[in-house]
Amino acid sequence: MFALFENPRLRGGIHAEEHKSETSPLSIATDFPLPKKLYIPVQQHVGKPAEPVVKVGEKVLKGQLLAYSQGTISAPVHAPTSGVIADVKDFPAPHPSALPIRTVVIESDGKEQWAELIVPEDPFQLEPEEICQRVGAAGVVGLGGAVFPSAVKLSLGRKNKIHTLLINAGECEPYLTCDDRLMQERAEQIVAGIRLMLRGMDAPKALVGIEDNKPEAFAAMQAASQSFANIVVAQVPTRYPMGWDRQMLRYLTGQEIPADGRATDIGVVVHNVATAFAVYQAICLGQPLISRVVTVSGAAVAKPRNVEVPIGTLMSEVLAFCGLEKSKMARLVMGGPMMGDALPIAEVPVVKACNGILALSAADIDEPAVQPCIRCSSCVTACPVGLLPLEMASRIKANQLDSAVDLGLKDCISCGSCSYVCPSNIPLVHYFKFASGELVKRQQAEHKSEQTKRLIEDRNERMERARLEAEAEALRAQEARAARLAAAQQAQQAPAEETV
Amino acid sequence: MYVLSAIVILTSLGLLLGVALGIAAKYLKVESDPLIETIEALMPGSQCGQCGFPGCRPAAEALVSGAAPVTLCPPGGTSLVEQLAKLLGVDVDLSQTQDQEAMVARVSEETCTGCTRCFKVCPTDAIVGAPKQIHAVVADACIGCKKCVEVCPTECLQMHPVEVTLRNWRWPKPLAA
Ligand code: SF4
Ligand code: SF4
Ligand code: SF4
Ligand code: SF4
Repeated sequence: MFALFENPRLRGGIHAEEHKSETSPLSIATDFPLPKKLYIPVQQHVGKPAEPVVKVGEKVLKGQLLAYSQGTISAPVHAPTSGVIADVKDFPAPHPSALPIRTVVIESDGKEQWAELIVPEDPFQLEPEEICQRVGAAGVVGLGGAVFPSAVKLSLGRKNKIHTLLINAGECEPYLTCDDRLMQERAEQIVAGIRLMLRGMDAPKALVGIEDNKPEAFAAMQAASQSFANIVVAQVPTRYPMGWDRQMLRYLTGQEIPADGRATDIGVVVHNVATAFAVYQAICLGQPLISRVVTVSGAAVAKPRNVEVPIGTLMSEVLAFCGLEKSKMARLVMGGPMMGDALPIAEVPVVKACNGILALSAADIDEPAVQPCIRCSSCVTACPVGLLPLEMASRIKANQLDSAVDLGLKDCISCGSCSYVCPSNIPLVHYFKFASGELVKRQQAEHKSEQTKRLIEDRNERMERARLEAEAEALRAQEARAARLAAAQQAQQAPAEETV
Repeated sequence: MYVLSAIVILTSLGLLLGVALGIAAKYLKVESDPLIETIEALMPGSQCGQCGFPGCRPAAEALVSGAAPVTLCPPGGTSLVEQLAKLLGVDVDLSQTQDQEAMVARVSEETCTGCTRCFKVCPTDAIVGAPKQIHAVVADACIGCKKCVEVCPTECLQMHPVEVTLRNWRWPKPLAA
């Protein structure tokens, strides 16, 4: 509460139990055994799904293109290892519904044979366009969870005069430490990635924001960026949701992104720190995005650890590697406990967006019964956006979606801070997720009703045309009949002439 | 000679009547209530008749004249009720309204005889096919009006809930406390 007055640059937020110490001191495990089968969904990004270019039975090399990007906002996917395409089919997606998604299945041959990689002589001499193009071709997407195609963001940066590249290394979600470890172990490469991104969007300087609960990562990043004056590494307070770009930007620069605008409107582009590493891999090593570091943690995991796994590995295999005690697991979560998604099954692939696999025990998630709201306003204090969660939820409960929108529903970032602090255990954020989905549904319904009206009009027009044609036809027939009659009469009137 | 006069007479008759109709349409036009227009635009537009009126326009007229409640249109769902209540300034208890599960027609290929009856009644041209060929329903265009189901002689057209995919999956409403 007082933190609010101490520092006007921070709004709302909560102090959640961190649970980071289980995994943050341990190095990233790179000895994960190559799975027999990998399941690579063709859509692991925001935008259009990629289109498969491989056929069942075809041999592929590690890093080979599996499906190409379709349209401007899309990203390709690549083979995480060498082997044979076993299938292209619908497979459960890592999504709360576990509904199927189009997936390329690779049976690995265990040889890890790379396709030919194109490595530039001096990556820092590449033209900006060339950098964007290579980043796009490598299938790099925002690895902080938004999975927006990075190349699109870089090109956008080039078009809108950008003065600052903000590297988000907040990692404010409890449990997650994959970015922390990445910075501790691979700071040099991350800095190289940041420099390439700066070049790719013609931006003069970069600002890296790291929460102050990661002193080792901060030190490593500072050491790595020492010789580059245009890369500033800064610490930000540990307070969820610090990793929300607006919050971090407000804290570090005092700048506010306009309500309906984007960061580019004020000359800033925000990228995640793991994305910077992926950019380094894409340009300096020529490797597409085919593996990532995932935090595996939770009370039901015996050996919590950060693990580097190929994209497409089944989560059940990653969990087994870390010693999952199945009987203890009460909930499986992809991502962090605040904003992540609970998954109904573990037989779903690790995708580019997956930064955490949490096997939580019953004690971790104990959900006491929901009580009526006592109007304590804790949720209002906690909301980083400055919304009135209690009011919005009660409107949504009464199906008054429009008035919830008037209260700012569309600005809610689903951070879950309000639900976390609510003493009555009201599932506030669940209401907002439901309502946002409902709004999309309405939009689609509106779209459909417009389309329906058009279709009906088209049909009516067609019917009208058919009717007119039929009438014209009848008219012609009538005329023809009249003409025949007249001819016959003429023939009668002139009997002298011979009829043929 | 007769031929020519027949053609001339009939053509001029057609033209004359056409012009007369055009003038009549212009001068005898009924000025419509803009509120009715707005409401009609909100309606699903499927002219399905589930409200008990012969189509969305008559339904909109009934709403404005107060002859029908804002909850009249089942396909419109809660969203329509909310918008109508706002527009007409009436209070409704929205927590009681319920959305119908969206349904679309589907043809079972075994029993379709290609009779084209469904094809002829579909208001949105959602059914594709030609005589003596198996017909299929384009789910995106189907508005679930059931007209095709009523005319199908072999009962091969049935209504099914819209298939849930990753694209249209939504969070359910939390259970009320
Ligand atoms: S979930 Fe939405 S309403 Fe709740 S605290 Fe976060 S932004 Fe505010
Ligand atoms: S925190 Fe919970 S109990 Fe307190 S005002 Fe918000 S919704 Fe009500
Ligand atoms: S029920 Fe709704 S969609 Fe159907 S005719 Fe009436 S107003 Fe139109
Ligand atoms: S229910 Fe049948 S007639 Fe109605 S829109 Fe769908 S396909 Fe066409």
